[in-house]
Amino acid sequence: MEFLQPATWEEALAMKAAHPEAVPIAGGTDVMVEINLDHRRPETVMDLTPIRELTEWGTDDGVLRIGAGVSYTRLIDELGDRLPGLAIASRTVGSPQIRNRGTVGGNLGTASPAGDAHPPLLAADAEVELASTSGTRRVPVREFFTGPKRHTMRQDELIAAFLVEPAPGPQQFSKVGTRNAMVIAVCSFALALDPARRRVGTGIGSAGPTPLRAVDAEAFIAGELDWDGRRPPSDATLSRFGELVAAAAKPIDDVRGTAAYRRHALAVMSRRCLAWAWATPPHLWGGGARSAPEGL
Amino acid sequence: MRVGESVQRVDGPSKVRGTFAYSSDLHAEHMLWGSTVRSPHPYARITSIDTSEARAMPGVHAVLTHEDVPGMKLYGLEIQDQPVLAFDFVRYGGEAVALVAADHPEQARRATQKVRVEYEVLRPVTQAEDALRPDAPRLHPDGNVTRHVKIRHGDQVARADVVVRGEYEIGMQDQAPLGPESGLAVPDAEGGVDLYIATQWLHVDQQQLANILALQPEKVRLTMAGIGGAFGAREDLSMQAHACLLALKTGRPVKISYSRPESFVGHVHRHPGRLSYEHGANTDGMLVYVRARILLDGGAYASSSTAVIANASCFAVGPYRCPNATIDGIVAYSNNPPCGAMRGFGSVQNCYAHEAQMDKLAAALGMDPVELRIRNAMETGTEMITGQKIDGPVPVAELLSRVSSMPLPANVSRPLPVYGEGKGGAVGPADLTAMPGGVSNTTHGEGVKRGIGYAVGFKNIGYSEGFDDHSTARVRLSVIDGRPRVEVHTAAAEVGQGTVMVQAQIAGSELGVNDIVVLNADTRVGSAGSSSASRQTYITGGAVKAAAEAVCQRVLGLAQSELHPASELRIENDNVVGGDGRQIVPLATLLGDAVIEETREFHPRATHRLDPETGQADAHMQYAFAAHRAVVDVDTELGLVKVVELATAQDVGKAINPLAVQGQLEGGAAQGLGLAVMEEIQVQDGVIRNASFTDYLLPTILDMPPLRMDILELGDPNSPYGLKGVGEPPTISSGPAIVAAIRAATGRDIRRVPVRPHDLTL
Repeated sequence: MEFLQPATWEEALAMKAAHPEAVPIAGGTDVMVEINLDHRRPETVMDLTPIRELTEWGTDDGVLRIGAGVSYTRLIDELGDRLPGLAIASRTVGSPQIRNRGTVGGNLGTASPAGDAHPPLLAADAEVELASTSGTRRVPVREFFTGPKRHTMRQDELIAAFLVEPAPGPQQFSKVGTRNAMVIAVCSFALALDPARRRVGTGIGSAGPTPLRAVDAEAFIAGELDWDGRRPPSDATLSRFGELVAAAAKPIDDVRGTAAYRRHALAVMSRRCLAWAWATPPHLWGGGARSAPEGL
Repeated sequence: MRVGESVQRVDGPSKVRGTFAYSSDLHAEHMLWGSTVRSPHPYARITSIDTSEARAMPGVHAVLTHEDVPGMKLYGLEIQDQPVLAFDFVRYGGEAVALVAADHPEQARRATQKVRVEYEVLRPVTQAEDALRPDAPRLHPDGNVTRHVKIRHGDQVARADVVVRGEYEIGMQDQAPLGPESGLAVPDAEGGVDLYIATQWLHVDQQQLANILALQPEKVRLTMAGIGGAFGAREDLSMQAHACLLALKTGRPVKISYSRPESFVGHVHRHPGRLSYEHGANTDGMLVYVRARILLDGGAYASSSTAVIANASCFAVGPYRCPNATIDGIVAYSNNPPCGAMRGFGSVQNCYAHEAQMDKLAAALGMDPVELRIRNAMETGTEMITGQKIDGPVPVAELLSRVSSMPLPANVSRPLPVYGEGKGGAVGPADLTAMPGGVSNTTHGEGVKRGIGYAVGFKNIGYSEGFDDHSTARVRLSVIDGRPRVEVHTAAAEVGQGTVMVQAQIAGSELGVNDIVVLNADTRVGSAGSSSASRQTYITGGAVKAAAEAVCQRVLGLAQSELHPASELRIENDNVVGGDGRQIVPLATLLGDAVIEETREFHPRATHRLDPETGQADAHMQYAFAAHRAVVDVDTELGLVKVVELATAQDVGKAINPLAVQGQLEGGAAQGLGLAVMEEIQVQDGVIRNASFTDYLLPTILDMPPLRMDILELGDPNSPYGLKGVGEPPTISSGPAIVAAIRAATGRDIRRVPVRPHDLTL
């Protein structure tokens, strides 16, 4: 196995161009497990941990640009107020040790349908910044995943960062696992409300070949919600929303759960997430909050 | 260190600091790494094995097949039916077929991929029920029934006022010791071998290895290496023979250390089972009869199946008075992974069934489930369904009334979600960890219902059915640097349970000496039997006590002959003291250069084999009892469970090391919780689908609640210090209590463990 350790981002891009087969490694919480379990034996590994730029984040024209190497622990501690959905999801990732090492860049690179960061990134309509020696491009997360553990990246590209708007409204995330911590999702759901644009974003994890959006559910609920009056949605509306989310999933039976249960759980989680998000006190509604919902 | 004191583990600090040397850390100069070629098929005929390509690889020093086994090609704890390396057939997915030794573990692993094994794939038998069909392929020469235990007690056609029936299914649990199978074999210059190994029974390994290697037992010397848990998984051979074969072939030290996935196919598991029960009772709740069929899937090889099914059958009705019983306990071969010993050993599977039945019966009678149990509880002198009159303290009713009268945990208040800005701006209820689903944020109280459940269980301590249970201890007293020192040497395997502390405490109590050293276990001293069946404190403790008493007698004899012919003497705090406690002579002065050493074997009372037609016999030596109460919160919409609290009462006879007893009660309950709600090896078409800790889930600290403990010390008149075995009872009734609580919370008739979310929702 060849071990590449670039010192700078430019060097990393040059190395990736010269060794397109090189497997990038940051936290190693996916790559090392795969090597350990003998699922893959990469010929070349490129260590991205020394590259400072990847561990930085900042604001670019009102949008957060977060380096691919920022750990989940830092996301929770430093950005939890601006990205509450991603923070809730990050808190469900592995153990404290894994959260100290693991990164959203790595999650995107692995592109597992069960990746915990994907549903909140989908719901918030985030973008992935891909870089190579020939330039930089931004791909919406909603177009990034192409199949199980497959994505739109070229062989010569590396993930530089992801870009996402600070939450314009309440966000929620919920994940079913068969134990109370440190568990891979049986299925998961993320929700992001954008009251100013009157839009609702969704993300479904671990219930299809890729992370998915529930597009019909988004359109339905955006039209049903009482954005001005902030009256709580009716039980019937919540149920319909849940049904549409469940219908958007493409789950299978596997070692972690059955397809039928996944659909069932998604309906429950999406109803609950919407109710929690809608009931969020006004001062926590983020940038889009204009007036307090009725009854609170 | 004295009996009854809470003593911390000697190896505790090094384990916490990460400096403890486990068997996987063993190293020798010029050592080679062994790797194992395993069958991908659960059932196949081996048509050819070509090792030439693997042999030709650089750094590869040996490639071995069954043809290279010089002695017995089959081994097994009870029935010698398992090939050291497969020949003719493979009978389970993951069975060892060939071995490689190479300079580097990666090269060894690659070479295993170059061993060409041709198979004619056969249709596997993947259900025990299928194995019993007349047209099933015969997996072993004597057929597919490994053992059928029949218990016929009392009236076989008894009738009752109230009858309840139930079918129960138990999934395959794994012992999941955190330390994978590993060891180091070092050849000597005379054709012998030293094996450093983490095992549960050095001498049975030694005897099996001597047979396989065609060596005299004294040429195969075993030394206990640092162990990372066992729980039954290390009773059978795993890599022991393989490492020795490679070491003797290459003349170099050989280390084998399994990966986690390999560990899952490298040791036996808890038997999965299907149990059909019928209970009959009078309207006052008194049991009239129990009829049961218990079918356990033993997998491809026997391991300890014949003893496991004996337990499952003997304790089939639970710790209750039952005048009439018809029990058929059957364990069958299949092409599933082999099953054998795991903590609880047959008593876990049946406890799920008999306790569910007692709850069903209580419901049918409109009676409180604890009251029904107490009414039927065994007591001293009760005749078991095997005809054995149970002696010593039998506190079944007391344990139940103690757990049921403990205060209940506070109800989690379920108001509207409490929002706040937590660390990092978290928005959500104050403490998600108290909710089913935990930090995964699945409920803020929606759909959550509480349930409370009870269970009680029992099992035998020590070996049963006529097996000559015994242990050996050598105790040596000498003076080192002016201070008396006691060395205790046994072959008892320290598997994490703390036998090293118990041995030191017993020697310290008997000899009144402060400096006690427990030597590492090895085969230079006689057999201690296995660290299993909750027996080591009783049996090896008994041997240490006997040897220490013998040393003490000699010391006091010396003191009497030289100093105080008539007085009553004892040793206390490194001194010989008189009956009045007055110091007579320091031990160091009395002994001088003398060394006093005694070796003793300890045998508990004998047991007898079950009658093959009626299952009647005094088959067991001691019984231990525990009761559990579980309080659970279930998210009834998502099917997620939070065990809020477990409470237990257990009679331990005498707590030799109370701290270690508490550890056993907590760890055992956690392992019971695992089987109840998450731990299952999923086998499909004979192949394990979740051979990793990613998908074989063990309880975390957020799953295992605080354990409320009531430890009784009622004193068994037959045992050393009155102690009872402690390790297994916590694992027996904890899970059934949790499942009872889940039934209470959901109103669902749960027939299968582990309970899965879809079992509670769809």
